[in-house]
Amino acid sequence: MSAARIAAIRARLEAAFAPAQIDIIDDSARHAGHAGARDGRGHFKVHIVSAAFAGMPPLARHRAVYTALGELMQTDIHALQIEALPPAHG
Amino acid sequence: MDVNERIKALLDAHPLVLFMKGTPQYPMCGYSSRAVQVLREVAAPFHAINILEDPELRAALPRYANWPTFPQLFLHGELLGGCDIVLELKASGELLRLAQETAPHGTAA
Repeated sequence: MSAARIAAIRARLEAAFAPAQIDIIDDSARHAGHAGARDGRGHFKVHIVSAAFAGMPPLARHRAVYTALGELMQTDIHALQIEALPPAHG
Repeated sequence: MDVNERIKALLDAHPLVLFMKGTPQYPMCGYSSRAVQVLREVAAPFHAINILEDPELRAALPRYANWPTFPQLFLHGELLGGCDIVLELKASGELLRLAQETAPHGTAA
């Protein structure tokens, strides 16, 4: 279930941002048992680097990620830790 | 009162509002707990609301704020962000600057 969720998240984010780098970690085990984890959805961490984030303030970057994930935020994701960055300047 | 009017009234009454899971004393989620900790580190006076005890607010805020998760931190009625963004703002020094602007008699920008 975890692998399928990660694949679904990755597919959405790759389609939306064509990221130079993307890492997704299932952090659900660390939150097992706490009240928010009882509905069966997962906790994930996303590290994503994309030129699409250049010039966007943090709030807009996070909103863009949430928008790209769409209904996954309701069906599969309970909490999402986001690191969304533009590519580093050379 | 309509729930959106309740949210507006809360945001009008307090410059800095944290909608969180649990209370600052007893946070029920690691992300809410971290947000409280960071606000305390910059000595920002904030008004905390436990959305676990207010299902109507909990259901309405994601749409109101255009933000799907909690905690949610609002400054002068505008969403600043969730836990990650609060941490980012702390790291960049921005949060300390915003906290110092949050004077009790300050007017909303």
